[in-house]
Amino acid sequence: MDTRSEEFLAYVQSGGQVEAGDWMPDEYRQKLVKFIEMHGNSELMGVLPEREWILKAPTLQRKLALTAKVQDEVGHAQLIYRVVEDLGKPRNACLADLVSGKAKFHNVFHYPTLSWGDVGVIAWLVDAAAIISQKALLKCSYAPYARIMKKICWEESFHILHGRDVVLAMMTGTDAQRELVQEALTRWWPPLMQFHGNPISREEDPMYVWRIKSQGNEEARQQFLEGYVPQIWELGLTVPDPDLRRSEDGTWEYTEPDWDELKSVVTGHGPRSQERLDFRRRLLDQEAWVREAVLAA
Amino acid sequence: MSERAQRLLELADDELIVGWRDSEWTGIAPTLEEDVAFSSIAQNEIGHARALYELAAAELGTGPDELAFDRRPDEYRCAPLVELHLLDWAHTIARRYLYEEADRVRIEALKSSDDAEVAGLAAKIDREEVYHRLHAELWAARLREEPRFRDAVAELWPYALGVLPPELRPELARRVGLEPASNSPLRAAERGSHTEQLRELWEEMTEVRRSAPGAQW
Amino acid sequence: MTVFEVFRQERKGQPFQHAGSLVAPDAAFAEAWAREQYGRRGESAALWLVPRDAVHEVVDWADEFDLKYRRVDGYSIKARLAEARERAGTATA
Repeated sequence: MDTRSEEFLAYVQSGGQVEAGDWMPDEYRQKLVKFIEMHGNSELMGVLPEREWILKAPTLQRKLALTAKVQDEVGHAQLIYRVVEDLGKPRNACLADLVSGKAKFHNVFHYPTLSWGDVGVIAWLVDAAAIISQKALLKCSYAPYARIMKKICWEESFHILHGRDVVLAMMTGTDAQRELVQEALTRWWPPLMQFHGNPISREEDPMYVWRIKSQGNEEARQQFLEGYVPQIWELGLTVPDPDLRRSEDGTWEYTEPDWDELKSVVTGHGPRSQERLDFRRRLLDQEAWVREAVLAA
Repeated sequence: MSERAQRLLELADDELIVGWRDSEWTGIAPTLEEDVAFSSIAQNEIGHARALYELAAAELGTGPDELAFDRRPDEYRCAPLVELHLLDWAHTIARRYLYEEADRVRIEALKSSDDAEVAGLAAKIDREEVYHRLHAELWAARLREEPRFRDAVAELWPYALGVLPPELRPELARRVGLEPASNSPLRAAERGSHTEQLRELWEEMTEVRRSAPGAQW
Repeated sequence: MTVFEVFRQERKGQPFQHAGSLVAPDAAFAEAWAREQYGRRGESAALWLVPRDAVHEVVDWADEFDLKYRRVDGYSIKARLAEARERAGTATA
């Protein structure tokens, strides 16, 4: 690494903040764009499994809440892609790479949603897993990204509460409703355990080295388990991992997730990956004329 | 059912169904910025529907969710305009634009109603609709030269007329500037019969709710 | 296509702070979109939308000479104050 890059590395590792117009090493810029772009892609793809249920929401209140939640995710995508644009990659290029399969999005958004139980479990637990990562990103060395994380975290806090409320309404409802929640939890647990990524050590994780992430994958996962397994168990729900337990020193033990499955899913081989990308591609094509009419001022 | 309850349900059903249709765009609108703004419009309409259902529900001895979800498709009183499945942007904006113009005409009439509750709610709705109109006019102006949009407006015009009672239609025609030829009567897709599309919408809208009748959600 | 910087005021009387940016063809669209992105929860009392080109950024400073005489941290009066109190007989134990 050249001297200037070494100095930059030392700067970010000691808490230094970087703005859009600052000099940055190519490697930092590339890693940053890739990381932030994946986040934007995830918000954009994450709306697809959830928006089906906006249309099926069983009360006016739930319909409003779910629409607002998905609206937030779209808003987050807007904030995030703007940051990527200011780093030099236009939105159209990001979207093109997304629908061609070249760019990735988080594992959880490659899976189907099968019932209203999923709606509750996703808003409660998937958003909880996400907010743990997002809170860590408040300390990202790249300041424009760290700043939008403030608004994102603030808005996500309502999502978790809404999700938990949906789950609680069902857990205090009929047996069939309770069964919907349990069934959804059983299906979503493996992707949730994979969500924070494989347990690569912080020092070997380039994203941490450059202080793009301020927390290692395993640290995030432990935080998730510590915060949410007790909340799950107190409702009488079963987590489908017989080896899940909190050891004496406070760390959680669990069955090792299937990291091959994670890799396969994020490279586009998940149960709904292609269907959702096709849907996005079709809509982008269908509405291209609108963007031309409006944005080519 | 009283005249008042019928009128309230007409309005509420219009707002619910157009809000439901508009909410279909959440997550898939042409630009991200527009997606966020459009979703607020959909939520506002659902909010208006809820407030209108609450007024009707008090009179009918039921609740807003029961009115919104638990009637049969043929019992809804919405106009055909809002039922149409229009998942392309030109038609969507054409409907937004026409619906807002029609809605403005009837809200103005309601604001001067003798019924204080209805007049008060109409005023509240009107204050929020100001932003819907700005949005619709913004898009209509930008798409004015676009044949897709002009064709969509012409196609939906008879449906727009059907939103209003006959005595208010000339006012709508004047505002939109779509006077029909003087030797043909204003023909409208009248409120009172429903499209097949409403039934499909209703199936999807009530699917979860019907899976556990009477359950809390 | 213009990038608009969005500044928002949380409550009346507070300063406007930079909150993000959006792309829009003109100020009218920027307003329609910013209203919802930055105000749909009633979280902003006011917004300023500024085309990015109108923002003139200043980031570098000459920092060669001691400027502490212009700042509070350039003054340490503790020792002199103690001496003055002594002379005036007003020093407390």
